[in-house]
Amino acid sequence: MTEQLYYEDIVAGSEIPPVVKQATTRQLVMWAGASGDYHEIHYDKDFAQSRGLPGVIIHGQLAGSFLGQLITDWMGEQGSLRKLTCSYRGMNFPGEVITCKGKVSKKYVEDGEHCVECSLWVENPQGEKTVLGMAIVTLPTRG
Amino acid sequence: MVEDTLNIEELRSKIGIDWEPVVCNIEKGMIQRFAQAIDDPNPLWQDEEYARRSRYGSIIAPPTFIQTVGWDQFEKQFQLQVAPLLSGGRLNGGVELEYYQPVRPGDTITVITKIADVRERQGKRMGKMVFVTFEKTYKNQTQELIAKCRQIAIWYQIGAEHD
Repeated sequence: MTEQLYYEDIVAGSEIPPVVKQATTRQLVMWAGASGDYHEIHYDKDFAQSRGLPGVIIHGQLAGSFLGQLITDWMGEQGSLRKLTCSYRGMNFPGEVITCKGKVSKKYVEDGEHCVECSLWVENPQGEKTVLGMAIVTLPTRG
Repeated sequence: MVEDTLNIEELRSKIGIDWEPVVCNIEKGMIQRFAQAIDDPNPLWQDEEYARRSRYGSIIAPPTFIQTVGWDQFEKQFQLQVAPLLSGGRLNGGVELEYYQPVRPGDTITVITKIADVRERQGKRMGKMVFVTFEKTYKNQTQELIAKCRQIAIWYQIGAEHD
């Protein structure tokens, strides 16, 4: 595991180290099994096309879980995730290299806790933001 | 599909009514399969020895695991309560998760779902769409609040999105 991140280490605008993913159709099937989401648009190309989609698409919750990893990797074991939101703006497809990115929007102390709000997003190979997210975490202090 | 205003009204009449609670026993294997499915190597999710020495004292689930707890039962309830009222394609619009406690192997989680909102909207590319917001509350075996979740499902008219 990487070194623990502390509240003092970051400022508004600090970037979160990106997480790169390339989901295969196999991974979508693993996700379907692990999550219980068997919606056919995620593994049956004919079905997906009959629904007007260009092909099989990545589960929104899987892309959202990639953002979850982005934030848990960054905040470290002593950090706590308080809130995570994801808004699906575009589709992600298996085989694409997608990059999860984020940066700190603001930091503040509330009820004695050291909170950090971050904006997060998933970028497709065209550089389009297909998922927009936000997270609030609490971090330990060096004090 | 969405011309069917009566169905939208029927859906709106269900806003705020709790669905039957769904109870799920969380097994270690479920958490491991989830971590493997998202390809997240964090040892807190899978390495018992590492996790025991962590501040959590045991394996915990990745935070986004919670939204899958009871999903198959949710789908069944959804097929009865909601699906018959709407037609067209369905997409996931987004999710908001609030966390209060981590999920651990051995937890018994009770999920209560309700419809929080129903809206119709004219999309730029996808024509007329219906947005349904589901609100879920997750509690553990000691009635502690684990998480809250708001999920938005979007119905769209098939064929409208590639104009």
